[in-house]
Amino acid sequence: MSAHAATVGALATPGARQTLSGVVLARFVRHRPAAVSVVLIAALGLGAVFADRLSPRDPIYIDIGHKFARPLTRGHLLGADELGRDVLSRLLHAGRVSLSVGLAAMAVTVLVGAAVGAVAGYWGGLVDVLLLRLTDAMLSFPPIFMLLALAAFVRPSLASMTVMIGVTSWMDVTRMVRSQILTLREREFVLGARALGAPASRILARHLLPNTVGIIAVAATLAVARAILLESYVSYLGYGIQPPLASWGNMLNNAQSYFATAPWVAICPGVMITVAVTSFNFLGDGLRDALDPRHVRSRA
Amino acid sequence: MHAYLARRVVQALVVLVLVSLGGFAVLHQAPGGPVAIYAMSPTMSAEDMERLTRQLGLDRPLHVQYAKWARGLVTANWGRSYRDGRVVLEVIVDRIPATLVLMLSAFTVAVLLGLATGVVSAVRQYSLFDHAMTLGAMVALSIPTFWLGLMGIYVFAELLHVLPPGNIGTIGAPFALADRLRHLLLPAATLGVVMVATWSRYTRASMLEVIGEDYIRTARAKGVSRGAIILKHALKNALIPLVTLAGLQLPLVFSGALVTETVFTWPGMGRLFVDSIGYRDYPVLMGILMLTATLVVVGNLAADLVYAAIDPRVRHA
Repeated sequence: MSAHAATVGALATPGARQTLSGVVLARFVRHRPAAVSVVLIAALGLGAVFADRLSPRDPIYIDIGHKFARPLTRGHLLGADELGRDVLSRLLHAGRVSLSVGLAAMAVTVLVGAAVGAVAGYWGGLVDVLLLRLTDAMLSFPPIFMLLALAAFVRPSLASMTVMIGVTSWMDVTRMVRSQILTLREREFVLGARALGAPASRILARHLLPNTVGIIAVAATLAVARAILLESYVSYLGYGIQPPLASWGNMLNNAQSYFATAPWVAICPGVMITVAVTSFNFLGDGLRDALDPRHVRSRA
Repeated sequence: MHAYLARRVVQALVVLVLVSLGGFAVLHQAPGGPVAIYAMSPTMSAEDMERLTRQLGLDRPLHVQYAKWARGLVTANWGRSYRDGRVVLEVIVDRIPATLVLMLSAFTVAVLLGLATGVVSAVRQYSLFDHAMTLGAMVALSIPTFWLGLMGIYVFAELLHVLPPGNIGTIGAPFALADRLRHLLLPAATLGVVMVATWSRYTRASMLEVIGEDYIRTARAKGVSRGAIILKHALKNALIPLVTLAGLQLPLVFSGALVTETVFTWPGMGRLFVDSIGYRDYPVLMGILMLTATLVVVGNLAADLVYAAIDPRVRHA
């Protein structure tokens, strides 16, 4: 409670006009790990977008003479791998692949999740029961098992990875959206819209779903983290993104065999995955704190 | 209580049927099919392929195949592995002890460490320790398990030479407990990291909730010592909602085990699953999928029932 009072006190400086977005922004910035995460994500994103310009070398250029060149030698800032390819250049381009899969899979996750959750929550009854059991069934499969079972039978590509991760990850979004819709649909403004004769599709699209944007934003951010992590697992096991296209996961494919000679080949991609996933998780955490007025957990 | 029990059991059964339908449909609709692997072999003629398809029953309609398979599932007849013709149930049961040892040891360490750090975090909320644990937990939840395992191997096997890089025991050596424990240490620690983070976070949240209750203030006002309040009054009640966490965590733990087993060449169920995918060994894949999903459903059911049994407030929820 005291933390809450302190937050409110700090924000309500006399004379300063308060806007909702201002309050949300102020709350968000107070969550320091989240603020740092935004900077890190921006850096990773810029690195991915400008990978071509930033890369010192062609990421798939094989140069056996430079095999296992140590970091900071022969023009390789982070060393070279078993084929003499520049690790830094590969990391930047792999970031492009891993982040794209993460963001696109998040879109699929949110679309499917919100649609199923909205339908289940709004219509209720048998539809709700069936969709809820389906969600439970999907949740009982350990995620990697399900993803591998799918990935092994489909020709691996960026698109197939994206769809498969999305199709196996929507359940959390569904649960959140459903419970939110359940409480919203009994409110007066929905009753009003219904009394005015608005069809269900309009009530859902104009009145209910816009009110779930906050939780969807949080769920979407966490979904990016989850998707990046899942892509790395499947690619590491050899059923995801295929070489020569680099992803952070598949760069670790054979890294174990080269520990003795080239540990940097194993260390660098893992650090990138960890930084990216941690950042998105913290960002989601910060958004949750900032968007939910009852949820004040000042962590500053 | 009986009505609640009955409803939960029926729900679980419906989920299991959906699980089996979904898993079966996906694996059997997949392109290539189980005979695709023989198509590469030069000794297989087109007639041989056809005969094999008929012999395995793969030419019959899907619902017939499903009905046959589902009947077998209930009567413990899970078919034979396409890879080596061994009985599926035997192939899987062979691998269960290794997975169980790995998961149980990781779980035990994770719960103990998680409870300890979670309680300290809650009691000293917003302290340096609490902030460090918050940060640490988030990083632990974000590190790819396989990479953590790789780094463990790099540091403890490659650099320091104090632990073996993989396997369940020294190859060729007779069984020795000390040797087994040395081999277990790294994989269990790797698998445990994610679990410690979750347990620590949930314990902290649950403790914070309980500490704010009136009866804690009453106990304090009566002059009960701080240690007794935390351990006897607060922790005891904070533990109740954590019962469900054990069930909720199962899917994640299975996934973690699969990856850990692959990195450490640990002869468990997860590695069997990865190997079977390479061979398109449908019966084994379906067997493992069904077994893990069933364990998850049963685990969640058991956790909910235990929760309802020890906390009368949720009985009719």
